[in-house]
Amino acid sequence: MKKMLAAATLALSMSTAGTAFAEPLKIGMITTLSGGGAGLGIDTRDGFMLAIKNSGNKDITVVTEDDAQKPELAVQIADKMIQSNQVDILTGIVWSNLLMAVAPSAVAQGKFYVSTNAAPAALAGANCNKLYFNAAYQNDNLHEAMGEYANKGYKKMFILAPNYPAGKDSLTGFKRYYKGQLAAEVYTQVGQTDYAAEIAQMRASGADGIFTFLPGGMGIAFMKQFAQSGVKIPVMGPGFSFSQDVLPAIGDAAVGAKASGQWAPDFDNAASKKFLADFQKEYNRLPSIYAVQAYDAAQLILSAASKASVKDAKAFGAELKKADIQSPRGKFKFNTNQHPIQDIYLTEVVKQNGVITNKTVEKIFADHGDAYAKDCKI
Amino acid sequence: MTLALALEQLLNGLQLGVMLFLMAAGLTLIFGVMGLINLAHGSLYMVGAFACATVAAWTGSFWIGLIASLVAAAAAGAIVELVVIRRLYDRDHLDQVLATFALILIFSEGTRWLFGSFPLYLDIPPLLQGAVALPGGTEYPVYRLAIILAGAIVAFGLYLLISRTRLGMRIRAGESDREMIGALGVDIRTLYTVVFALGAALAGLAGAMVGALQSVQVGMGEPVLILAFVVIVIGGIGSIKGALLGALLVGVTDTMGRFLLPKILALFVAPAQAGMIGGAAASMLIYIVMAVILAVKPRGLFPAAHA
Repeated sequence: MKKMLAAATLALSMSTAGTAFAEPLKIGMITTLSGGGAGLGIDTRDGFMLAIKNSGNKDITVVTEDDAQKPELAVQIADKMIQSNQVDILTGIVWSNLLMAVAPSAVAQGKFYVSTNAAPAALAGANCNKLYFNAAYQNDNLHEAMGEYANKGYKKMFILAPNYPAGKDSLTGFKRYYKGQLAAEVYTQVGQTDYAAEIAQMRASGADGIFTFLPGGMGIAFMKQFAQSGVKIPVMGPGFSFSQDVLPAIGDAAVGAKASGQWAPDFDNAASKKFLADFQKEYNRLPSIYAVQAYDAAQLILSAASKASVKDAKAFGAELKKADIQSPRGKFKFNTNQHPIQDIYLTEVVKQNGVITNKTVEKIFADHGDAYAKDCKI
Repeated sequence: MTLALALEQLLNGLQLGVMLFLMAAGLTLIFGVMGLINLAHGSLYMVGAFACATVAAWTGSFWIGLIASLVAAAAAGAIVELVVIRRLYDRDHLDQVLATFALILIFSEGTRWLFGSFPLYLDIPPLLQGAVALPGGTEYPVYRLAIILAGAIVAFGLYLLISRTRLGMRIRAGESDREMIGALGVDIRTLYTVVFALGAALAGLAGAMVGALQSVQVGMGEPVLILAFVVIVIGGIGSIKGALLGALLVGVTDTMGRFLLPKILALFVAPAQAGMIGGAAASMLIYIVMAVILAVKPRGLFPAAHA
């Protein structure tokens, strides 16, 4: 009798606790939770944890630590997570310079790295790795889309990005598709908050369009200053420049700006609607694209872990690569270099019922991969 | 390159310089009078910006927010002086650096705890919106001109305060001989608190004015703090005049460097590389200037009379 009761309880608990894994899974999340980039990291963490919570799975532990946007700190945390916390998978890094400091050594130690955002070119081509997956995009993608968009109607573009790996990837990506003339190509400091000198150059440049890649606080500062400068050139950028984490702080100055993105809150599919409702219910704010990317990264890990043990790297990697998930982005699959193939859309910043957010305008690229996949031999 | 562009960049440099002066003036006063290295000065700048953004959001008025930023930063400065800094005057600089660094962490995490990690919204008041025409056919944001003007008024006010008032006399006396003015019966403890609160209020004012232009977020003070230290080292530690000239020098050098270096390099290498190398070199420029000045004048441009 006792045995039967125990079996019944076990069966019951299993049915309520969602799918059990072959083996408990430990994930180490390193992300930016303090300093100017904290908004991005918090959305990453919250999006990721939302998927974990929705799964109801008790076999999964997530250890989260703040990298303060410092590469040296990220490396220390990664070492600690691998050696003393014994994590199986690392994830969460927002910034490409931090990712370059952590991911290559993590995969060399046999750990999976599933990126929620940073996707430097260096890890997408010849140096791709079986254990490295990117759930977001390849860094160049959203910039490529804006380059393609700028071909329609813009003859002379002023392009600007911060001087770090993703900034270089950004302008490289833009130029890969943009056929017109460049008024100037300017690199600013990472974390720069005053753009007066650059805005003066824009005014004098004779450009008919401006492309900026300025995530986090940098974009807030730039847009506010640009709005006051009296310069009347249209501004566009990748989705990061006008993402939900910065729009409330920029205010009306952002309205009308065109951007590219793999997701916007108005996407009309069941997964997106569920994600949006769950996220708003849980955190009482609109999610940014960082949250979507992290949500998908967690979904990918959950889906692989329900079918294979993470200790069997080959099987687990194969399951990850199948990308058997319902992404809020709609279509999502992995390319040969384990970076996404997805649609990229043009979005516009609008003010709806007092809330400043992004609205989808049109599709720029369908099933877009990246330029580096051909060099990846795995 | 046109004259109009050069003029605009010069104004940008001036504006950055004026903003740095507000930070550096407080820092150099505190160091000059009390011999204290205050790393938490950037936190007071942040307190000013957050106070202004919060009060402006409540009341709908930037100007009330600006007053609130002065009050909040001065109050935070006075409290910090009474509770923590007071115990550090007799310690060596390393202890001061450690304790004030701890204050940075406390202020940052405290602010995050109160306001969250997302940047706050603070806009420029309607009166100062938009741009005005400058000679040469270019336009310049009214708000930046207002910052330059505000900085000039503060600089003149500080000059009057220090050279013409009893408080200023005590500050000067404190700079040249701390023990002696105590022995002469001046209440040195109150003087220290007042000077610290004054420096804090200046930092808070800078934070509020810049907050409307940039973004109001946790950790906004630290990059400015580093520049402010460069300014007071160049200007001569403890000297207000040095802080003013140092700030203008750093502001103009930094702005002009960011603007001209890539252009000069573009004459020799491809534009993309010129942008990248020029951008990197421009960020080093003020430190190179500082090194050169220190090589020629090891105690800065206007070394304070004592020490």
